[in-house]
Amino acid sequence: MTDPVLTVEDLKITIGGKPVVDGVSFQVAQGEILSVVGESGCGKSMTAFSIMGLLPKAARFAAGRVMLGDVDLRALPESGRRKLRGDEIAMIFQEPVASLNPLMKIGRQIEENLAIHRHIDPGEAKRAAIAMLEEVGIPEPELRYGQYPFELSGGMCQRAMIAMALICRPKLLIADEPTTALDVTIQAQILELMKRLREETGTAILLITHDMGVVADMADRVAVMYAGRVIEEAPVGNIFAGQEHPYTRLLLSTIPRLDGAPKTILPTIEGTVPDIGQWPVGCRFNPRCPLSDSHCVESQPPLTPRADSGNAACWHSDRVGAIL
Amino acid sequence: MNAAAPVATKRSRRPIPWTVIPFAAILTALVLMAIFAPYIAPLDPNAQNLLARLKAPGHEARGAVYWLGSDELGRDVLSRTVYGARVSLLVAFASVILSGVFGSVLGMIAAFYRGWVETIIMRIVDIVLSVPAILLAIITVAVLGPSLYNVVIVLALTRWPRYARVAYGQTLSVANMPYVRLSRFMGAGWLRLLGRHVLPNIAGALIVVATLEFGLMVLFEAGLSFLGLGVQPPTASWGAMLSTGRNYVATAWWIATFPGLALFLLVLSINLIGDHARDRLDPRSR
Ligand SMILES: Nc1ncnc2c1ncn2[C@@H]1O[C@H](COP(=O)(O)OP(=O)(O)OP(=O)(O)O)[C@@H](O)[C@H]1O
Ligand code: SF4
Ligand SMILES: [Mg+2]
Repeated sequence: MTDPVLTVEDLKITIGGKPVVDGVSFQVAQGEILSVVGESGCGKSMTAFSIMGLLPKAARFAAGRVMLGDVDLRALPESGRRKLRGDEIAMIFQEPVASLNPLMKIGRQIEENLAIHRHIDPGEAKRAAIAMLEEVGIPEPELRYGQYPFELSGGMCQRAMIAMALICRPKLLIADEPTTALDVTIQAQILELMKRLREETGTAILLITHDMGVVADMADRVAVMYAGRVIEEAPVGNIFAGQEHPYTRLLLSTIPRLDGAPKTILPTIEGTVPDIGQWPVGCRFNPRCPLSDSHCVESQPPLTPRADSGNAACWHSDRVGAIL
Repeated sequence: MNAAAPVATKRSRRPIPWTVIPFAAILTALVLMAIFAPYIAPLDPNAQNLLARLKAPGHEARGAVYWLGSDELGRDVLSRTVYGARVSLLVAFASVILSGVFGSVLGMIAAFYRGWVETIIMRIVDIVLSVPAILLAIITVAVLGPSLYNVVIVLALTRWPRYARVAYGQTLSVANMPYVRLSRFMGAGWLRLLGRHVLPNIAGALIVVATLEFGLMVLFEAGLSFLGLGVQPPTASWGAMLSTGRNYVATAWWIATFPGLALFLLVLSINLIGDHARDRLDPRSR
């Protein structure tokens, strides 16, 4: 693996003293797409916000390290972090339409990032913005440059947001559920675009999603989160070939099949993610786990290497293949 | 998202309804009257003619026609009404600008920074709103003396909390919009966030407040001058004219009636235009 663009080490975040992210570690290499998956509320967005140094007011960064290349982001003052945001780290949101200022022309919004981080003259900024619009596959970029968000479709808005994010050529792009709000065709186009841009620019992508289909399509590596922890992490091929944590296995079984198999009811994992502060002792998945036994209820399994590559945190990883 | 397109297009192309047009015309006429008062007023507004006191509209004396009559000092009511528009509009305009800018900035800052900044600013807002404006006016005039500028100062001091409240509430909701969060993520500083993203999106609501306040300010100036706390004689002001005219309503009704009518038309047209602006600009009524 080349030098990691992003290293997150033992990240702990609390809200009102209760942990929401509890000892998360991962790395993203240059040009790599790491997918962080898990059900709603497991702490994915919190992890992303903490990388940017922008946790919500209620949340506290309790422990851990976030490194961009070899810069420790926690050691930087806010002004230093602000310089990196939008320049070396960029982010795209789930709500493409609401993420654009309704009263500002698309082109101006794309230029804004250049205006903040680069000192270039307006003519040059405009050329760069139009080139960027073209790069993200927006037809008639000169026309779109002067239009307002309401004149664009949701898919176009998402493309415009990607253009905003990439105009400074960031080393790392954080995409928090970038396609959830879009319909399936547009979703596929946007994912395709992100893959192409990754290839062209070498930007590393941290892709947050709870859609295993998106993971299969996009990711190089996968980190599965459950109740504030990474419970399994491996290259995407290995994860799909064999799981060593029951939660991962159940999550994969929820992918709807597109290969023409008869449409059965989409299987879901029984039970819900426990609320923060209400995590069970021992393995946090034990109330929902088909393999749970007394050992699981007593002590929490550590992340240990999987048989092939990657890590998993389950006492009975050898028996996971037998579920379902 | 596509549903938004026709609404927004309609908004920008919607014609001004016919009910608003005459009032827009009246307002324009009054503004022009104020600006070009020296060319429009037939006589010197302060010239007295003791031989032509309290004359009814249409009276002729020494070759001058008093189209709207003359007052108790024989001054032309028409000319004084025309010049009075200057005071009314100037005071209203200046106090709306001052209080609007001051209040909006403070409201935005309170909502943007939250914490103790918010607590302090919004507490001051509550306090100022609870002090009766007329009391503050009397104190200010007692300290500074009555004058046109002091009227503006009093009005600015008492009215800014209205804008602060609206700016505060609107900023709170806009600051949580994804586009503001995104811009902050991208490293935008507070000045850019407030100036480029927050202000344009709350401006509609503030403009609506400002138009409604404008009408109120015209009335306040008239009220203060009526009480003798505002513009001092012999400067013509609608409020001062109402005040003296009151003593002669039985014998010379025209002295109070014409400035009163002008005041009524100005406030009415501004309020109607303000209501219309609310319909157009307020995102909640789109
Ligand atoms: N501003 C906040 N104040 C208090 N609690 C919060 C806040 N934001 C999130 N939480 C809580 O923190 C936990 C982790 O939230 P997070 O947003 O990271 O989940 P997520 O994995 O991104 O979920 P989703 O898939 O729904 O986006 C959740 O239990 C959530 O209820
Ligand atoms: S440790 Fe036990 S409870 Fe936890 S996932 Fe493994 S088998 Fe299930
Ligand atoms: Mg989330």
